[in-house]
Amino acid sequence: MSETTQAPVETPQINSSRLLMAMGSVGFIAGILIVFTFQFTLPIIKANEKAYLDQSIFEVVPNTAYKKVFTPDKNGVLTPIAEDSEEPYKIFACYDKEHKLTGVVVEASGQGFQDVIRLIYGYDPQKQAVIGMKVLQSTETPGLGDKIITDAKFLSNFAHLDVSLDESGERLKAPITLIKGPRENDHQISAITGATISSRAVTRMIARSTAINIPLIYKNLKVLEEAGNE
Amino acid sequence: MSEERIQSEKMEIFLKGLWKDNPVFVMLLGMCPVLAVTNSVINAVVMGVATLAVLTLSNLLISSLRKLIPGQVRIATYILIIATFVTVADYAIKAASLEVHKALGAFISLIVVNCIILGRAEAFASKNSIGKSVLDGLGMGLGFTLALLLLGSVREILGNGSFAGIDLFGPNFQPLTLMILPGGAFFVLGSYLLLFNWFKHRKEKEQRELEAVTFYTGEATR
Repeated sequence: MSETTQAPVETPQINSSRLLMAMGSVGFIAGILIVFTFQFTLPIIKANEKAYLDQSIFEVVPNTAYKKVFTPDKNGVLTPIAEDSEEPYKIFACYDKEHKLTGVVVEASGQGFQDVIRLIYGYDPQKQAVIGMKVLQSTETPGLGDKIITDAKFLSNFAHLDVSLDESGERLKAPITLIKGPRENDHQISAITGATISSRAVTRMIARSTAINIPLIYKNLKVLEEAGNE
Repeated sequence: MSEERIQSEKMEIFLKGLWKDNPVFVMLLGMCPVLAVTNSVINAVVMGVATLAVLTLSNLLISSLRKLIPGQVRIATYILIIATFVTVADYAIKAASLEVHKALGAFISLIVVNCIILGRAEAFASKNSIGKSVLDGLGMGLGFTLALLLLGSVREILGNGSFAGIDLFGPNFQPLTLMILPGGAFFVLGSYLLLFNWFKHRKEKEQRELEAVTFYTGEATR
């Protein structure tokens, strides 16, 4: 019998408590390291995120000295909230040094070619137009889809994008549409050649967001204007 | 062992990752980040440095705990240690630069499954002293960073006309967009492998010829 069976592989006998102890100790060290790094970097990461958002808002609405954050309540009235509030639906009202409303910034997000695209756009109530757009987060294809962030010609679409409302004040006069080739009027966005899917995603996000938010802002314009003096 | 010999052995441990046993060009390990994040120089360097840090720190911890970790649970323990340092690197990159963190996306977390790191833990750090393991981690990490940088440079220069974001050729340059798409990564990696193998074969050939000459002329050192 001993001829047919293989010689047993030598494994040192270790009792379970030692295995548990070893894994437990390594787990303990791992836990301490992770928690320590998390606690240490959290304020820095939060400050980075806030600075990035602030900078982006000021880029989208020029001449902004300070901003206030609002969120719509159940009746569709914009109410002020704290800047660091966890509320996901935020509308940023921007004011100049004379406490005059310079514009309103809205965040929009949607599915891009690869992953979710997050962006902000600035709305000027005087011009009834979108006056700027900045992509905050995207993983579009480098060199193609990511031109939605860098392409000057594409971004110039958002320097004046007509979102004026009809007489009822509840609908846009004309929906925002994407066009291949040069723009024919101010409510069209000219697509980037070679990045049609990403251009379409941005257009769709802005079209949807403006259709909901522009009437809301228009309805609450007085609230936003008065908030600047407080 | 003499002091000099120890020094040269240490030097060899450090240098083998850079050239002779380069993890990318010789061992062909960790191909996922090599192909995925080398579309720009900045991404390649950050990924390389993150891997270097994780590799060195995990080698350090694993070699210092090597006598306490029973063989039966070693792989699970190594993965836990590697995952810890990857999480630490993830937070550190996020704190240093949000933009770079966004550009690298999921690939930072995926350092956990980079086979170079587990490979070095199992093949080297679990059997060697702390000092040697750290040197091995540094050498392999630098070799990996160097490889990523070589790929990233070619891809960014040809595919975007820039180096580390600095425009090189002006507005009239027509970039070869293919280079920053996934296909470009395979082309560039293939070309580098061709180059490395050509060097290797040439060196081997020279070695063979030298041996033949010494054999015939009887000048072999004894």
